[in-house]
Amino acid sequence: MSTLVEVKNVTKVYKRDTMEIPVLQNISLDVPEGEFLALMGPSGSGKTTLLNLISGIDQPTSGSILVGGTDIAKLNESALAKWRSNHIGFVFQFYNLMPVLTAFENVELPLLLTNLSKKEKQQRVEAVLSVVGLADRMDHYPKQLSGGQQQRVAIARAIVSDPTLIIGDEPTGDLDRKSAEEILVLLSRLNSEFKKTIIMVTHDPHAAESAHTIQHLDKGELKSN
Amino acid sequence: MKILKLIYKNLLRHKLRSLLTIAGIAIAVLAFGLLRTVVTAWSYGVEAASADRLITRHAVAFIFPLPYAYKGQLEQLEGVKKVSYASWFQGTYKDQSFENFFPRLAVDPETIFDVYPEFTLPADQLTAFKQQRNGCVIGKKLAEQHGFKIGDIIPVTGDIYPGNWEFTVVGIYYGKDKTADETQLFFNWEYMNERNRQTESFATDQIGWYIIQVDDPNQAATISEAIDALYVNSPAKTKTETEKAFQQSFVSLSGAIIASMEVVSYVIIGIILMVLANTIIMAARERIREYAVLKTLGFTNFHVVGLIAGESLFISMLGGTVGLILTFPVSQAFGDAFPTMFPVFAVQPTTIAMAIGFSVLVGVIASIFPSYRSATMRIVDGLRQIG
Amino acid sequence: MSIPISYNIRNLWARRLTTALTVSGIALVVFVFASVLMLSQGVEDTLVATGSNDNVIILRKSSQSEMMSAVSRDQIGIISTFPEVGQTQEGKPFATSDVVTLININKKGSNDMGNVAVRGISSGAFALRPQVSLQEGRWFQPGMYEIVVGNKIHDQFVNMEVGQSVQIGSKLWTIVGVINGGKTGFASEVWTDADIVMTEFNRGTTYSTYTFKLKDVNDFETIKTKLETEQRLQDLEVKREQEFYLEQSKFMAGFINGLGLFITVIFSFGAMIGAMITMYASVANRTVEIGTLRALGFRRTSILTAFLIEAVALSSIGGIIGLFLASFMEFVSFSTTNFGSFSELAFGFSLSGSVILWTVVFFLIMGIAGGFLPAVRASRMNIINALRSS
Repeated sequence: MSTLVEVKNVTKVYKRDTMEIPVLQNISLDVPEGEFLALMGPSGSGKTTLLNLISGIDQPTSGSILVGGTDIAKLNESALAKWRSNHIGFVFQFYNLMPVLTAFENVELPLLLTNLSKKEKQQRVEAVLSVVGLADRMDHYPKQLSGGQQQRVAIARAIVSDPTLIIGDEPTGDLDRKSAEEILVLLSRLNSEFKKTIIMVTHDPHAAESAHTIQHLDKGELKSN
Repeated sequence: MKILKLIYKNLLRHKLRSLLTIAGIAIAVLAFGLLRTVVTAWSYGVEAASADRLITRHAVAFIFPLPYAYKGQLEQLEGVKKVSYASWFQGTYKDQSFENFFPRLAVDPETIFDVYPEFTLPADQLTAFKQQRNGCVIGKKLAEQHGFKIGDIIPVTGDIYPGNWEFTVVGIYYGKDKTADETQLFFNWEYMNERNRQTESFATDQIGWYIIQVDDPNQAATISEAIDALYVNSPAKTKTETEKAFQQSFVSLSGAIIASMEVVSYVIIGIILMVLANTIIMAARERIREYAVLKTLGFTNFHVVGLIAGESLFISMLGGTVGLILTFPVSQAFGDAFPTMFPVFAVQPTTIAMAIGFSVLVGVIASIFPSYRSATMRIVDGLRQIG
Repeated sequence: MSIPISYNIRNLWARRLTTALTVSGIALVVFVFASVLMLSQGVEDTLVATGSNDNVIILRKSSQSEMMSAVSRDQIGIISTFPEVGQTQEGKPFATSDVVTLININKKGSNDMGNVAVRGISSGAFALRPQVSLQEGRWFQPGMYEIVVGNKIHDQFVNMEVGQSVQIGSKLWTIVGVINGGKTGFASEVWTDADIVMTEFNRGTTYSTYTFKLKDVNDFETIKTKLETEQRLQDLEVKREQEFYLEQSKFMAGFINGLGLFITVIFSFGAMIGAMITMYASVANRTVEIGTLRALGFRRTSILTAFLIEAVALSSIGGIIGLFLASFMEFVSFSTTNFGSFSELAFGFSLSGSVILWTVVFFLIMGIAGGFLPAVRASRMNIINALRSS
């Protein structure tokens, strides 16, 4: 399997006033296509930062990040936005759905940036919503859905544009055990059935077990097992 | 078009706030429209002035009279079509209140309706006016306000021309269009002059100003100079100007008041801006995380700014439109309440354009700061924001 | 148990931008509100100062201004013999016969013309109007074509320096001095000798008005009755000087007050809505805090009071800034045509105690009215729901 994500010698330093806080130090990491990777580590270990860098919503202080052969550390903001819309699907801990939009409209959001016809959009949204098992909840607003259902809508939104890579930041962190289990099963299915590459940050060992590979981050350094 | 829907839905998130903001803007735009209408109504005379009329008055000040004897000489001048004249009678009808104030002018019945073709008086009434010494002609609006009918006697106490005066209504004139002043009372100057002669008043054979109709408006400047040159060495020197300039000089007397009303109208715009900016900044702050999510999904600053500016513009335009629509009936009511204070009280196209223009401007300005903040925010910081 | 005020102040500080916008909005509103009141007060001050309570002015009946009035020398002779008319040390009547006319001259800084009153006075006028003093140059000499100009005229019209000339009637008159009229309407006039004005304008023996000092302030009604019953004075009217000048401003004061009322109504809506939006948002943003406070045992009334205090603090900060800014309007002079007399009148913005009081009342009401509904919403919140919301 070819390498999809190549993180090379990446360092990330945050500046707060005059203080410099190093978050990631000289990290290198390869993620092959079709991988389901779990990044684990205690709070403040830099796992979310690493995830943000790979998904192109943050830029490294030094080093390079290649995703599908593109060095995203070198892209400017608008190119990066376009790149994200084509290649990355996000799943957040707090779902981050638009409260004013229905489940259908939330999932449709990323497609607004494409040139698909209205009909194509509708077909794709309906398809992914049935993948996550919410075809009957399309017209519901987020506040009418349970946490687990909201997260499933978020996953539908993440896969609707058929991205190269799915990024999950503590996708089960805010859910009860049963809902969390459903989400993990769904993610595994996406990986096995739809061949999606997934990188997920979690501090729940049980969640991490769903992944093929687990990487531990501690104080900004990777500790493979 | 989905963006428009999102804007619309965002607007409904805080219905009360949106409603308050729209109401605030509507009231402010209404106030703005009303103030501008007062300002424009003030200078209506300048707009209504005819290009082919000149006004000749005493050079020192408007209150000094000119000899009646000038009339014949003015008529001889080349380019002069018709010469009429008038005197400001003033006086008091009933009391000195607003309601009972209206212009009372002593005029020449033979010529006045020739030089003011915008006033229409039925032929039989004009004949009556020319024949009846103590007859008067009043404007339609004035007649309606006080319920005056033909045959009524209007008693007026004189001040510049002392004594008690009674004028019999022999005609009611009306304007050819909306800009004509229908609030005046005209009576026969001869009637007044007779009494002045009897009392040996210094005002005998004196008139207030001449109204001169010229053949060619383009010759106005030359004719004005010719008239003033005629009397440069006489005790009563003249100052001749176009009717427009004459009206303008009246308007400029109250320049400071008009200027202050204009200042207030701009302060209103400033207040709208504060209220709207406050609302938009609040909304944008609450949604900063949503904007971060949108940007994460690949939406650009252009989209996010569009959302913020769109909402701002939507509120300002909606409030502005409601305010503007309300301006019409309120102006109407205001004009009806003071019919003789402002002969013509109508919302002008420039007022409408300004109200719309300012609504748009305020909508744009109010969204600049939150747009800038959302555009420059780092996605990572936006996502971290709770609530 | 009440919630400390510092809690409110910190909340306002924590939401600086919104607070600043609301405060600026309220400051603007209060600024305009106070300015209008000050202007209205200024007009009144000017006209009250122009007249004296113990001076009596005689005009022709139903004259709305001095210019339209006419009083003959014979009539003045009759009036001056009444015992109620004050006397100078030399035993002359403490009085002046004035003749008032207008000139149309150019204002500074624009092409606008203004009508300026020219007042011809008798020698008694100086003692009768102690508010007026010489500021520059010298007084005019009777019988010469000389004038002194009021300080406001000197400041606001072109070519009004000592030594320059002004066309009045058919002659050029030389400016020999500038008079300081203080706050009075005389500061907007040109003064010269009455008799020469009468000659210039062929007025014969007809003055405009006759003004005299009462021997005793309480004599007014007595002399009014006496003069009004005198056969030869039937066409005249008797007024207290102060009342006369106040009447002159009726139209203007009415206009300013009307405009003021209009502005107040509109602006108070604006200010209230601004405060309301801010306070509603403040309540919404602190739902959990409110729940916590209630859980800690604070009563509903404490919550209500706390939010009201916050709203009042907001409007008070804005109000004080607005009032402070408006106080600078004291240095601004306003000059326009007084329609009562058809002549130029300069007046200032006057910050009196009652103006301050009304302004404070205004912004306090704005704060309370704007904050009340949001405060009620805050106090009515259910503890459990408030704590649960995030």
